[in-house]
Amino acid sequence: MSSKLEIGLFVFVLASFLGFQVITRVPGLLHTPLMSLTNAISAISLVGSLILAGAAEGKLATVLGSVAVFASMTNVVSGFLITDRMLKMFRRREAPKKKEPAPQTQEVTP
Amino acid sequence: MNDVKDVIIPLAYLFASACFVLALKWLSHPLTARRGVHTGEIGMAVAIVATLMKTDIVEFQWIAIALVLGTALGVPLGLLVPMTAVPQRTALSHAFGALAAGLVGTAEYYLQRPAIDKTTMIALGLEVVLGFLTFTGSLMAAGKLQGIVRDRPWIYRGQNIVNLAVLGSALTLVGILVYHPAKAALFPFIIVISLVFGVMLVIRIGGADMPTVISLLNGYAGLSAAMMGFVLNNKLLIIAGSLDGSSGLFLSIIMCRAMNRSFMNVLFGGFGAQETVGSIEERPVRSVSPEETAMILDAARSVIVAPGYGMAAAQAQYKIRELSDVLMKRGVDVKFAIHPVAGRMPGHMNVLLAEADVPYDQLYDLEHINSEFPQADVVLVVGANDTVNPAARTDKGSPIYGMPILDADKAQAVIVVKRSMRSGFAGVDNELFYLDKTQMLFGDAKQVMGEVVNEISKMPATAGVMR
Repeated sequence: MSSKLEIGLFVFVLASFLGFQVITRVPGLLHTPLMSLTNAISAISLVGSLILAGAAEGKLATVLGSVAVFASMTNVVSGFLITDRMLKMFRRREAPKKKEPAPQTQEVTP
Repeated sequence: MNDVKDVIIPLAYLFASACFVLALKWLSHPLTARRGVHTGEIGMAVAIVATLMKTDIVEFQWIAIALVLGTALGVPLGLLVPMTAVPQRTALSHAFGALAAGLVGTAEYYLQRPAIDKTTMIALGLEVVLGFLTFTGSLMAAGKLQGIVRDRPWIYRGQNIVNLAVLGSALTLVGILVYHPAKAALFPFIIVISLVFGVMLVIRIGGADMPTVISLLNGYAGLSAAMMGFVLNNKLLIIAGSLDGSSGLFLSIIMCRAMNRSFMNVLFGGFGAQETVGSIEERPVRSVSPEETAMILDAARSVIVAPGYGMAAAQAQYKIRELSDVLMKRGVDVKFAIHPVAGRMPGHMNVLLAEADVPYDQLYDLEHINSEFPQADVVLVVGANDTVNPAARTDKGSPIYGMPILDADKAQAVIVVKRSMRSGFAGVDNELFYLDKTQMLFGDAKQVMGEVVNEISKMPATAGVMR
């Protein structure tokens, strides 16, 4: 096994394991933002696309690379924006936390 | 200068990897979640800048154009898409991500051949197959969710064998290229077959299974990004791809569990194919008016709302939040019971209710709310059907048998808001509607909920029964 592959496999397996551990802690409440965030993160394939598009290795590579840059960049921008937009909407109850069941007695009498 | 870059760029990638892991870690709580998003953004920005510093990149004009166009499409997709359409957008972004992976893999093949070693070719083959099948599969899924493509599954005899043969042939071609990487004529066939397979895979899947399919496609897109990392020998890609892949896998498992189905069953079962199970006989139900509903709700001490996608389809979530507010003000305890498959993608219902300004501490998931139904005075079922169908518990012949459900039938009283007596996604009749404790509130959910809110608002402050 080449050391390149060996390191790659180590990274792959450990990162999957870590990912699973971290992701199982995300509550059901946030599963939609979870999916859109991991989506945005995996748009890091932009890195590979950029190198391909900019390396001047022939027309095919430049064209395919540029389309890939476009597609990944769309995901980066829309993924982070929509995740943040969703998370902004999650808010806690504003009312004071669980008061005793007699809130009417608060009226001030002079 | 280049020596410095050789140090800085890998360190930047390492930093970005750490940011991505932290981003997901902070997503474990709504209070820290936005910090997670910002951390992810920082990681992404650092990785992009570091990549642009690479000496491999000599031409910038195409990159600049592509980045500008991508941003131009990404901003409206991120800011303007309504929350009900988030599943479609997500499917679309799986398609984009997978397309990028497929295209990069294709270009790499033509650049590196014929001297491609076996392991690289395996990774490259998987990247391309997964990339292109996820591309068309996700487009199909997005089309179905948007209503452009027919929602009903398309099924024919021997479909599983045909599908397996198609996928098998793509993998066989990859196998041949592993041993004979110079046979470039085979490569376009791999692409075409994978594209076709993506369509065939999703065309047979019905609307009820969309949450699972989206999760699965999420996993595939992540895996193909990770494979790209192997091909390009880039650890950052491997890490980000496997994070995405594991989230897809995790969500698929949750979705399958929520419907008591296996992966195999989702992919090969053709669920939701039946038009309707048996003939639904006409049975009497008790109907109730909005006025009566208002009185029942106001007299209750605790109310649990069980929403389904029908609520969002009727845009009734805002009225329901008003109802919840007005009841809470009158001392009624209101909780929302969220079934994992209540929306059209994992967690969708929570987002829809959060958008309507329902505080998240009022939202309870299945395992946390089910023990509370017996103590609830009233359960208000809005636009949900299969997720509250007691047949899942009792009727072995039912297609939804074994699926965990919200125990709405265990409450003291049930009010079901429904447009008509049609059956749900799974095409199954619902025993809940015929129980003695159940009353049906017929009509458009948004309209009747509005009427109920008005009725309650008109009531004098003391109308509530002694609490």
